Amino acid sequence: MSEHGSNDVRDVVIKYYDGTSRTVTIVDHEVPYPEGKLIVSRTDTKGIITHANQAFVDMSGYSQDELIGQNHYILRHPDMPTVAFTGLWETIEAGNKWHGYVKNLRKDGAYYWVKATVIPNIRNGKVVGYTSVRRKPSRSKISESEALYKTLMEA
Amino acid sequence: MTLNLTVSPDFAPDHISGWFIFNTWLQRKLGSGIHLELYDCFDKQREDIKSGNFDLVYANPFDASMLVRELGFKAIVRPIAKPDETIIATHAESAVNSVEDLQPGSSLYATDDPDVNRIGMIMLEPADLDQSNTETTTVDSYVIVAKNVLNKSADAGFFLKDAYEELSELIRKQMKVLVSSEISVVHHTLLVGPKLQQFAPQIQQHLLDMTADEKGRGVLESMNLEGWEVMSEEETEFMIDLIDTLID
Repeated sequence: MSEHGSNDVRDVVIKYYDGTSRTVTIVDHEVPYPEGKLIVSRTDTKGIITHANQAFVDMSGYSQDELIGQNHYILRHPDMPTVAFTGLWETIEAGNKWHGYVKNLRKDGAYYWVKATVIPNIRNGKVVGYTSVRRKPSRSKISESEALYKTLMEA
Repeated sequence: MTLNLTVSPDFAPDHISGWFIFNTWLQRKLGSGIHLELYDCFDKQREDIKSGNFDLVYANPFDASMLVRELGFKAIVRPIAKPDETIIATHAESAVNSVEDLQPGSSLYATDDPDVNRIGMIMLEPADLDQSNTETTTVDSYVIVAKNVLNKSADAGFFLKDAYEELSELIRKQMKVLVSSEISVVHHTLLVGPKLQQFAPQIQQHLLDMTADEKGRGVLESMNLEGWEVMSEEETEFMIDLIDTLID
């Protein structure tokens, strides 16, 4: 996959649903999704990361130790509309599977696109956490998502 | 009491005798008769498993999901260092050099191996290809998939990585790999049925001990396995959840 983005740099304050916020330096540079790999993570019911595979470590730019115990929202890119994540949580909390295209923020401020699927982990009839598996999306789906998310950000 | 054992049909034909040797070894260890039933078709095997015909199943990861969640089986071990990975390959002289070069209408050749086919289709998604805009021909073996890649009937073929690597060098030299999965956590498992679960710890221990004596090592070698490692209930659930995310 060719490199995308202009390498422009900007500082953005990201506000999270729990009232916290952080200032991140965003770099307009896309890191290509690694061929043949799945990015896998698990969280508890509050979205705190409990498992991260090597592909997740490699693509996010964080170490395994930095990821475990963090809220999954540290991957959230400011170009992603809040409504996308609201839909995700509504779907999985109802016990259903969620699919979507997501622009993820790396520790170094660059980004990578994924096709994400999240499912609830049900043990003895109870939701005990969530598994998220990300795979390589097509360029056409990325373009469609970029256009859609732009309109949702402006709404 | 005679137990019934079956093995996922996706092992290489060269190792059929290995499973019969394993069957004999396990009978001796358990002091119980074991009937080994092999299939060349996934659907027929699944039908018989669902009918309750088996107590022990060496299952591919997609069938493990059904065995655990629908039929009450329990995974006890998995083969060491043997994750199920998928390769998509084309003819060495093809103009196609990456998955994204494959076009709608592409002709794909595959076996009826459910995990290879699912992961193969996932690896075609970056090219916006799916079952609706490709033509898949299902054949009986990976050797036949390779044959159709070599005679250019197939634009691409799906292979279990292990099976691809067991093709002769002459055949492999005439193909090129477009993509090879690196999932690592999806693998076959040996599962015991609900009627047999009181004996699960005993069976598990025998399997874990196989590498400790020469006879056991010889049996493993004939099956092309290095040995077994424990598959915990949570590891099984994790793998099944992961597979669930791969099914649309």
